[in-house]
Amino acid sequence: METIPLNSPDKEFIREVQERSGQNVLSCYQCGNCTAGCPYNFAYDLSVSRIMRLVQLGQREAVLKSHSIWLCATCQSCTTRCPNSIDVAKIMDVLRHMAREAGYATERNVKAFGDAFLESVEKHGRVYELGVTASYIRKTGRFWTDVDLAPAMLPKNKLSIKPHEVRGKEHVSAIFKRFRERDTAKENS
Amino acid sequence: MSISVGYYPGCSGSGTSVEYDKSTRAVCKKLGIELNEIDDWSCCGSTPAHTVDHTLSAALSARNLVLAAKQGQEEVVTPCPSCLANLRTASRKIEDENYRPKVEALLDEPCDEAASVASTLQLIVERVGMDAIKKAVVKPLKDLNVACYYGCIMNRPPELMQFDDPENPMAMDDIMEACGATVLPFPLKVECCGAAAGMPKKNIVAELSGRLLDVAESLNTEIIVTACPLCQMNLDLRQGQVNRANGTRYDIPVVYFTQLLGLALGLSAEEVGLSKLVVDPTPRLRFAGVL
Repeated sequence: METIPLNSPDKEFIREVQERSGQNVLSCYQCGNCTAGCPYNFAYDLSVSRIMRLVQLGQREAVLKSHSIWLCATCQSCTTRCPNSIDVAKIMDVLRHMAREAGYATERNVKAFGDAFLESVEKHGRVYELGVTASYIRKTGRFWTDVDLAPAMLPKNKLSIKPHEVRGKEHVSAIFKRFRERDTAKENS
Repeated sequence: MSISVGYYPGCSGSGTSVEYDKSTRAVCKKLGIELNEIDDWSCCGSTPAHTVDHTLSAALSARNLVLAAKQGQEEVVTPCPSCLANLRTASRKIEDENYRPKVEALLDEPCDEAASVASTLQLIVERVGMDAIKKAVVKPLKDLNVACYYGCIMNRPPELMQFDDPENPMAMDDIMEACGATVLPFPLKVECCGAAAGMPKKNIVAELSGRLLDVAESLNTEIIVTACPLCQMNLDLRQGQVNRANGTRYDIPVVYFTQLLGLALGLSAEEVGLSKLVVDPTPRLRFAGVL
């Protein structure tokens, strides 16, 4: 079993999570309500209350390399039920941001799906569902993804063959461009 | 009664949830609500955007709220809870004078004039109301046992959504009851269906949507009523995948509340897009005398 060195908390990590989420992680008293209500707990490697505890203990690596932070769907059960009004789902979101920045993606396919989705928005201004599927398959090599849905899906004639382009799509793609420039500027400073 | 609001259909409304958009527009027209689609609206960023960056997410959403305000709409409604959550979160961020400049920096536009956001469900419940719906029903949904499934974010977090009960919402239950249906006490109203895991993590949807179908079946649910395009897709389009993964043989129709409400208000099967559903609800609706 992996042991966690409690005598060397990464204080900068605790501070960063608190600042970026606007939440006081130290007010968590480990009641476990978040974990009790978490629908994804069965698939997690670390339960959400353990993630909270590890953040309090400044365990950057253990937290950012966990699978749980990628599997969380932001369903808001934890946030809704926390007796100390901690926005736990927001903390999970911030941990995903930090994991991305650190180059960790323990659930590759989840990240690939999100990336494919956003590339579609950047390109067309709206999501082009068939395009997202194609791009996801390209990124992951999972050629048979959802092929079994075709017999049910195709006769319904729901999926547009062409993307729905937004007239102001350059406006949308410029948001992404400025976002990347902002992040590069932050890294350089 | 005359209500006129801005309308944000969301991307899935012109794809996988085309019947939600169609039935929403038809029901609103029938109830005297004028929906003015925001011209040139763009994607809110959905879940992927907020998992990458909160300001990016807010800027993608804020573009639409600013557009709506420019087009003279102070209030926007959307049928999709995921769009709703993103648009509302963006609203909060641009109301905050300390945060607004960060959003404006990405959008490259001032955000001081922006529309407010609600769900079409909230609009129908709060501004039309149950008495008006009861009066407008021409085809009661009697002899139909339905379970209303709200999904995880229509009402949560409560501090952001400010609508209905976050643990035991009743908005759709009330609407279905007003339409004459028998509403079953569905205990998993706000439990997650597996959300966007459908493509990257199928085992999660099989487990979570499987639980919902198990409980619906145990209550002898004839039709599951939803308000979220992602919930509906996981339960309907993916019902076969869930069955194969779990060794079950469910065949439960999963419709949007606007489709059943529309039928009760006298709209045709075609007008509410029934043929777009994968698990066909028409045998049950015929048996109940609704079609």
